[in-house]
Amino acid sequence: MSHFLRRQGWVTGLFALLIVLFIATKLIQPGYGSGDFGSLARAVLPYAFAVAAQTVVVIAGGIDLSVAAMMALTSVTAASMMAGASEEYALFVVPFVLAMGFVLGALNGLLIVVTRVPDIVVTLAMLFVLQGAALLVLGAPGGGAAEWLKAMISGTVPIPGLPDTIDAWLPKALLVLVVCLCIVWIPLRRSRLGLSIYAIGSSELAAFRSGVPVARTRIIAYALSGLFAAMGGLALTMSTGIGAPIPGPYLLASVAAVVLGGVALGGGKGGLLGPIVAVFVLRLVRTDLTLLAIDPNVTAIIEGLIMVAVVMFGAFITMRGRQ
Amino acid sequence: MSSTAITPAPVPLGRRLKRFMADRPLIPLVILLVILVVILQILRPGIVNERWIANTIKFAIPLAILAGCQTMTMLTGGIDLSVGTVATMSAFIMATQVVNQDPAVAFLLAMMPAVLIGLVNGIGVGVFRVHPLIMTLGTSLIGTGCLQVYQRTVIASGAKIPDFLAWLGTGVTYGFPNALLLFVPLAALIIFTLARTGFGRLLYAVGDNERATRLSGVQYWQVITALYITSSVLAGITGLLYIGLIKAPSLSLAEPLVLPSVAAAVIGGTSIFGGRGGYTGTIIGALILTVLTTLLTILQMPEGARRILFGLIVLFVTAAYLRIVEER
Repeated sequence: MSHFLRRQGWVTGLFALLIVLFIATKLIQPGYGSGDFGSLARAVLPYAFAVAAQTVVVIAGGIDLSVAAMMALTSVTAASMMAGASEEYALFVVPFVLAMGFVLGALNGLLIVVTRVPDIVVTLAMLFVLQGAALLVLGAPGGGAAEWLKAMISGTVPIPGLPDTIDAWLPKALLVLVVCLCIVWIPLRRSRLGLSIYAIGSSELAAFRSGVPVARTRIIAYALSGLFAAMGGLALTMSTGIGAPIPGPYLLASVAAVVLGGVALGGGKGGLLGPIVAVFVLRLVRTDLTLLAIDPNVTAIIEGLIMVAVVMFGAFITMRGRQ
Repeated sequence: MSSTAITPAPVPLGRRLKRFMADRPLIPLVILLVILVVILQILRPGIVNERWIANTIKFAIPLAILAGCQTMTMLTGGIDLSVGTVATMSAFIMATQVVNQDPAVAFLLAMMPAVLIGLVNGIGVGVFRVHPLIMTLGTSLIGTGCLQVYQRTVIASGAKIPDFLAWLGTGVTYGFPNALLLFVPLAALIIFTLARTGFGRLLYAVGDNERATRLSGVQYWQVITALYITSSVLAGITGLLYIGLIKAPSLSLAEPLVLPSVAAAVIGGTSIFGGRGGYTGTIIGALILTVLTTLLTILQMPEGARRILFGLIVLFVTAAYLRIVEER
């Protein structure tokens, strides 16, 4: 148990912070209930996928600046394909968009490996490219989403045999998030590939000398990042019903949550659970600020300050660790 | 025979071209600029005249100053993505404050956020060692938030463009844009600072080998903080110039200039990894991008395609420079 706590100390602390925040929320707004939790889960969804996308590449020792732009592109693609189309057509759209994210992510990795330009420059250039592509797909916010997709994240999960009061605290959005992340992450974590991703993040040279295919692993890490970003884009379309070609504030949020979640920016350390809990923490802070009747624009400033502070703190820790 | 020893072995043309470009990066840039202008002239005969040149220079100047911010930060291996927000903030504050205040007071108020954001950027990058990209992105988000809050406090008072800024931004005297009055001394100052002063040398040194620079007694954080404040102040000045040119204050005034400013510095031969480059190339890079934008507008290329093109330019030019450096 103590071993578990030591290894998962950071995540445990985050969970404690989350619970404290929930209690604070309940104190600020005694009426905070299951419905509000449901909307929190829905609000977290795109952020959580953005963070998952960032986490994979950061663990592999890189960084992906194109996450938000990738989400915008996949979102507008999904929205413009589904606009006016039949409900069944969406069954084809979803895998298509996911595959698109995977391929574009792989392209990121391929460019980094082939051109040997640092990841930060390649993904910055890709940010421009993907943003442009999103504007080409859809010039202004618009498009549509299939009803069953929208229904997938609204409401709660009906579990037979469970009283309604508990049932109400299980929003569908949370289930979608957990299922989507687990489907990719758990097999990955248990496979040789997952180990390779941690290995190249920890020390590329050591990994190379131990026979890890560094280039291939890096490409796959970026491809997985693209896949998660595509899920995030779909989540955006699902929750808003449209697609918007302008990337949201997901890039900075994803980096902040990764740092807060205990994933070292140098790579090789951490897991997916920490960053996901961190997203909930960051979003809940926002909810609390809103409940305190603070002007939404001021909320945005405070949120930005928190994220910058978190990133500064993370960089400081990394610097200390290196010395 | 000895003749084989005297004449050097023939170097392949490609290698020679690369060497030439690495040694004199300005010449191919100027050639590229001329080619673009010639293409423009062919597509629209007669478009290239005195008025067009003045116009192009007018629009290239704000871009060139912002690209100067990128050039200086890139020399240290950084980047400043907050320039767009800073320029917008100073422009917006100037336009709204000048209604009730003395222009000099309005100017000081307008430059305040620039200095502040530069200071925060500098401390974040220099002291806490946050990656410049993340840091400047964060401060630009905060700045945009502040601007939105500010906007509602002045919504009643309206905005106006000071005559002086309009004259500076749009005016043309004897065929020369008035903005050159600001730009020429500024550019000379930047070039002089980078090439001849200790501060400029320090920027190159930090970008080239940060560890060695620190070990030789340079206070890294002081250099970086001074750099980011300078960059922010330049961005603020650009904002004032740009509002005189565009004449419509908005909350996203200078945002569209951010990506091109990075691209202009990269095209101009400044290495995004630090230690290589200069401002002269950047100015030509800004001119090239402005002409390219005109060209793309004439070809009716949409905004999206333009962004894609800028992204690809950054990627390919960086990759090309990397190859050239590696070959040496």
